[in-house]
Amino acid sequence: MGLKRKDLLEIRTLEPAEIQTILDTAASMKEIAGREIKKVPALRGKTVVNLFLEPSTRTRTSFEIAGKWLSADVVNVSGASSSVMKGETLLDTAKNLEAMSPDCVVIRHVASGAPHILARALRCSIINAGDGMHEHPTQALLDLLTIREKRGHLEGLSVAIVGDIAHSRVARSNIWGMRKMGMTVRVAGPPTLIPAGVEELGVKVSHRLEDAIRDVDVIMMLRLQQERMTANYIPSLREYARLYGLTLDKLRGARADVLIMHPGPVNRGVELAPEVADGPYSVILEQVANGVAVRMALLYLLLGGRSAEVAA
Amino acid sequence: MNLLIRHGRVIDPANALDAGADVLILDGVVSQVGPGLPAPVGTPTVDAGGRVVAPGFLDIHVHLREPGYEYKETVATGTRAAAAGGFTGIACMANTNPANDTRAVTDLILARARVEGAVRVYPIGAVTRGLGGAELAELGELAEAGCVAYSDDGRPVMNSALLRRALEYAQAFGKPIVSHAEDAHLADGGVMHEGIVATELGLRGIPATAEEILVARDIALAELTGQRIHIAHVSTAAALRLLRDAKARGVPVTGEVTPHHLVLTDDALRTYDPNAKIAPPLRPKRDVEACREALADGTLDAIATDHAPHALADKEVELDQAANGIVGLETAIPLCLTHLVGERVLDLPTLIARLTVGPARVLDLPGGRLTPGAPGDVTILDLDREHRVDPGRFYSKGRNTPFGGWVCRGTAWMTVVGGRVVMANGIVTVP
Repeated sequence: MGLKRKDLLEIRTLEPAEIQTILDTAASMKEIAGREIKKVPALRGKTVVNLFLEPSTRTRTSFEIAGKWLSADVVNVSGASSSVMKGETLLDTAKNLEAMSPDCVVIRHVASGAPHILARALRCSIINAGDGMHEHPTQALLDLLTIREKRGHLEGLSVAIVGDIAHSRVARSNIWGMRKMGMTVRVAGPPTLIPAGVEELGVKVSHRLEDAIRDVDVIMMLRLQQERMTANYIPSLREYARLYGLTLDKLRGARADVLIMHPGPVNRGVELAPEVADGPYSVILEQVANGVAVRMALLYLLLGGRSAEVAA
Repeated sequence: MNLLIRHGRVIDPANALDAGADVLILDGVVSQVGPGLPAPVGTPTVDAGGRVVAPGFLDIHVHLREPGYEYKETVATGTRAAAAGGFTGIACMANTNPANDTRAVTDLILARARVEGAVRVYPIGAVTRGLGGAELAELGELAEAGCVAYSDDGRPVMNSALLRRALEYAQAFGKPIVSHAEDAHLADGGVMHEGIVATELGLRGIPATAEEILVARDIALAELTGQRIHIAHVSTAAALRLLRDAKARGVPVTGEVTPHHLVLTDDALRTYDPNAKIAPPLRPKRDVEACREALADGTLDAIATDHAPHALADKEVELDQAANGIVGLETAIPLCLTHLVGERVLDLPTLIARLTVGPARVLDLPGGRLTPGAPGDVTILDLDREHRVDPGRFYSKGRNTPFGGWVCRGTAWMTVVGGRVVMANGIVTVP
């Protein structure tokens, strides 16, 4: 069973059944990580290009390992954050890649919608590895997988996403994914960092961390970009940490078995106190491990690998 | 040039005329309008065959790009696009390179228009030198050179004291100032209208308030100075409330709206189409409805296209970096006939008024009416003709339109400038 689509650009347009398929496939991929020889021949002869035009270590490495464990040939291309600054347009870059006949291009780009430009121009599969403030679909999928593993199901669970919602592609993808899987979502942050009309996505908005995290199953803390201060979204990191940083003290108002997630990299002492990040509720490293499984599942489903080859 | 246009349904809102009639043009000016007109022997004759004969349409907001950006458009190609679209006169904005802030640039534009223009060209001069928003341009000399108004279009004059001085000073020459009303700080970094669609797409938003604030300021300055100010491309319900109120109080302020703000909503950005990226941005449905209502009730005086041609390379990039603008000259009439008259937003005479006498009054242009002695400029419409928008066939160098492939009902059939046929049946007939 594959996905009946060429590309994975966003969670917004995925069917719940497709998300289910991806998560189930990812769960079965996890077993490969435990093998002594971490390699299956499912994507032998397929070429995956990781086109990372915005700095990333974690996501790129995760895609690279995912491709390699499935026996695909993986090529990494990284570049300046803007194609225009390089003198070559994104479309030109894409067409040059196309001429080398890849089966899949994984793209990370600073501009929202950049993967859509590629998807329209290229015949091969496009996977969005994060575009501007739009979506980061594989992050949301690995978050869903992590929650499902820990709780056994998704439907009916409640989540608080805390921080810079306005500029976060992780928040957008998770809001779509969680709502589609029957979860309740609250978002919390300073009003300057809550995007216009976000309630229309079916979430509740709060401006107090303490209110948002009460009684939820999952707390997802977002990374605060340092440049938000210079644009006057917040007065200082100090005040942000005081009001919206998750500390052990504030955590006392949450459920005892709450899961704490973060897409990384963590600003220790800003959005997460170190003792919380490293504490027993934190599943941050499980998220990273599940990232490889989810990306294997997507490559496998989009590039048409056969299941017998995985089981072998 | 002489021309007799026979058997038309002549709609001339300025003279409250809607009747079967002929139009006789002698020596380039309107001579007579009436049924069964005799003409001097040998006068060229056009049989309108019952089609709608109107005063030549005027577009008071066009970017011709020459000098400086000839790869996007020239006076020659832009005026041909105008002729093809049914416009007999266009006012061109000052954001060329160099900007139209001195007589030399105005002279160049007018010289080009004389030599290779297909329709009448009315240059708009800059308010400030180099559109820099800091020092007043020589408004007097620009007026002498032939500029019909002043505008830093594309770059709002954010300094209210400077705009006040410009308004006061411009009174000596009787020319209005055209304001691109968008608070530069609120709009900074924005790509589209701020709202749920921008939130979903992860694109930086420009709040409607950015327009509202500057429209309020512009009205206040028009009131303070008693000088005319014209608000370009009004796009929000809030700005229209301010405009309606100001007009009711007798403040000398006018407004225009573009076809795209009357037809499209911010949903057009959902595919990240760079051709839907414009300033001011496309708005949600409630603002589009407000624009339609204001056009019908006269709060908005004119339809203007904000024809903004760009080369493919300026548009085929990430949305954040794509240039703002839509070409409008060759799509305006089909879109307005189909979506305004066709959807009963306004009747045909009102639409024609907003394309003729309305814009003529805003910029004090000759024409816009078929009164004897007026320029012999005529636009003839074929209301039944199906028109498919094909950017590949534009006379404009710009192909940047979100309307490619749209099918409309009704289009311009003939364009006449000074008694000379410059477009017939979609084909531009000037060499």
